[in-house]
Amino acid sequence: MTEILGVLLSANFAFASIRMASPLLLAAMGGLFSERAGVLSLGLEGMMLSGTLAAFLGSYYSGSPWVGLLAAAAAGGVVALVYAAACVTFRANQVVAAVGLNILAVGATGLAFRGAFGVTHHLHRAPAFQPINVPVLSDLPVVGPILFRHLFPVYLAFLLVPVVIFVLYRTTWGLKLRSAGENPLAAETLGVKVERMRYTGIIISGLLAGMGGSLLSTGFISTFMEEMTAGRGWIAFSAIIFGKWTPIGTFLATMLFGAADALQLRVQALGLAIPYQLLLLFPYLLTLCALVLVGRTQAPAALGTPYERMGGSRK
Amino acid sequence: MAPPMLELRGITKQFPGVLANDNINLAVEPGEIHALLGENGSGKTTLMNIVYGLYHADAGEVRFEGRPLRMTSPGEAIATGIGMVHQHFMLVQAFSVTENVILGMRCRREPLLDRDGGATEVQALSAKYGLKVDPRARVWQLSVGEQQRVEILKALYRRARLLILDEPTSVLTPQETEELFEILRALASEGRSVIFISHKLHEVLSVADRITVLRRGRVIDTVRAATSSKEGLARMMVGREVVFRVNKPPARPGPVVLEVKNLQALNQKGLPALKGLSLEVRAGEILGIAGVDGNGQKELTECLIGVTRPVRGEVRVAGENITGLSPRQICRRGVAVIPEDRHRQGLVLPMQVAENIMFGNFYRPPFSRRGFLQLGVIHDVARRLAAEYDIRTPSTDIPVANLSGGNQQKVILARELSGQPRLIVAMLPTRGLDVGATEFVHRRIIDARNSGVAVLLVSTELEEILSLSDRIAVIYEGEIMGLVPGDGADVHELGLMMAGSKRLAAVS
Repeated sequence: MTEILGVLLSANFAFASIRMASPLLLAAMGGLFSERAGVLSLGLEGMMLSGTLAAFLGSYYSGSPWVGLLAAAAAGGVVALVYAAACVTFRANQVVAAVGLNILAVGATGLAFRGAFGVTHHLHRAPAFQPINVPVLSDLPVVGPILFRHLFPVYLAFLLVPVVIFVLYRTTWGLKLRSAGENPLAAETLGVKVERMRYTGIIISGLLAGMGGSLLSTGFISTFMEEMTAGRGWIAFSAIIFGKWTPIGTFLATMLFGAADALQLRVQALGLAIPYQLLLLFPYLLTLCALVLVGRTQAPAALGTPYERMGGSRK
Repeated sequence: MAPPMLELRGITKQFPGVLANDNINLAVEPGEIHALLGENGSGKTTLMNIVYGLYHADAGEVRFEGRPLRMTSPGEAIATGIGMVHQHFMLVQAFSVTENVILGMRCRREPLLDRDGGATEVQALSAKYGLKVDPRARVWQLSVGEQQRVEILKALYRRARLLILDEPTSVLTPQETEELFEILRALASEGRSVIFISHKLHEVLSVADRITVLRRGRVIDTVRAATSSKEGLARMMVGREVVFRVNKPPARPGPVVLEVKNLQALNQKGLPALKGLSLEVRAGEILGIAGVDGNGQKELTECLIGVTRPVRGEVRVAGENITGLSPRQICRRGVAVIPEDRHRQGLVLPMQVAENIMFGNFYRPPFSRRGFLQLGVIHDVARRLAAEYDIRTPSTDIPVANLSGGNQQKVILARELSGQPRLIVAMLPTRGLDVGATEFVHRRIIDARNSGVAVLLVSTELEEILSLSDRIAVIYEGEIMGLVPGDGADVHELGLMMAGSKRLAAVS
């Protein structure tokens, strides 16, 4: 017990929590745009996984993780576009569409990776992001090493939180987006283009989830493995629910899940007599508990419901 | 002479199987309150949705202030100066009043949201027209009347010169209705035009300048309100003479059948919906429960039929305590239910007419033997009941969804009334029905009462309550505000009780 307590209090653990939370945070902040527009962000896993591969390929072939980051955003965006077409234009069942897309992403990324590199046990490496030490701040005692020696996408994730709050609650666009998720028919009667808002929300979720994925293959590790996201997209989705669909709540939820991930890694390193599979389970178990606790009362009123314009589609 | 504010020429709209609007011509002058009168399904709402850009006409022309319009979305209608208050409010419950009003509009500080500026403007508008509502309140906290004011504010904020209101009074107390009419008159006096959609004759006569009557998608005539009579309008609307008074012999109340004592229950959000409600219904009488929607009517009926479990209090049927029994157990004790929403609660739409008729009895002989359904018996019984209740259906094995609303309601009546109930709990039994079907349902309810059944009639339509009830109880925020005899009940007094501003001392 004391050993675990020691882990919890270490600066190293705090640093790792932030690190592990950031891919979740990027994806979840994106997912918020989709959810608040009324479309379930169940497709985050597939968008994220596509971003993971695209980041690796982009970085591998160009030699720059920055190109990888852009490729990751683009790949996430493309998957999102497909999801949006299915959910918004063709009004498919969102759960079915998302699950299908996620399975497709697993197969497609695996296939593409093998197609490019063949089936080998040799690890292919791509250039990865290097930590940026923020001048002055990174030299502060305690907080410096914890907060200010991270990779670029990590900073991006955290800076995004106030931006998302501002956009959702302080702009007319944010009001329109949320109205599409609360009462699309009312929004439409006031001239809000519901379908456009939903498309935009989903695509933003894809861009950010893709970037979140890039942290896995060109950030913490500099290679790609099949199914590398390992459910992080699902955890990001859960974080939104646990955070009651607010940016702050979602942010705190991703921090909690990130910390759980960091903790299980540290505890593994302690070499306790606990099977490591059990430790691996920990973040997922926490997610499950979190979801059971929340319920759905705070959800956008029209979340998950396809929207059909009155009188059918435009002629 | 100025051109009409709105002119419709030859508007035609075809839906699969229905000609909703057939060559409609209509002109609304500036400063005029123009009523569109017609039964449910006569095409009023379709027509206005075309004007508002939600539907597209197959043929015809819409002219606004003399210029032809080709509208493809409500956004364009709004920009043109047309506002619409829909029957089911188009409000975002989670947003504040101000947010609902300014949604979709450019703000002064675009792209930033200017809540304070918006609230000030909303305040000014609501003061000018007497539309009392707190701009910073969340919509879900508002009463239905207040929500309607928000809808009107939305239109005025968008500088609507033509305001369309679809059945605006169905959710209001008589006093609120009068307030609304004052507001509409004030708007008209400024030169704005108002289109008032309704099927209530007395309201149309009291507020409109001119009245256009629609029947089955066609304009029957446009008349001046000042020179029209209720009977004349009804004839145009229905196509035949209409009897306004329901004929019923005096009630001969027997022993108490339903006894509700100090009933307390929560609504879906877990808030108190019934706060110690008590009432009695005797055999052979109709007790009407009047009240504005959302005052505990739903929870009351749900407690009676066992769908909701009360927190406190008891329900007795013929002396037996049925509190906490299951719906099936209650049903077997002779309680029949005509639910509020026949599509969601009363019927399983994709299933056959015969299957819908035998719900509640399917597990019992002769419908079922040793766990097998006796399809022959079921269809024989269904055919007999279909004839008895005048259900117009080609056969009893087609989905009930294919029937008209009136015939669907008859399926429910056949199921519920044929089992010789002791008590009928009827909630809005004629909602959405045409005059003919309404008469049929009323007739059946009165027949049941004459044969000694106790009837609890819950309705938000005051006219229905007044014409059927032997006694009237008014429900407000989960309590009974007063109980009056059905004959000669004072509408004004009922209205005050419905609004919660008057309570009768002797509530038995």
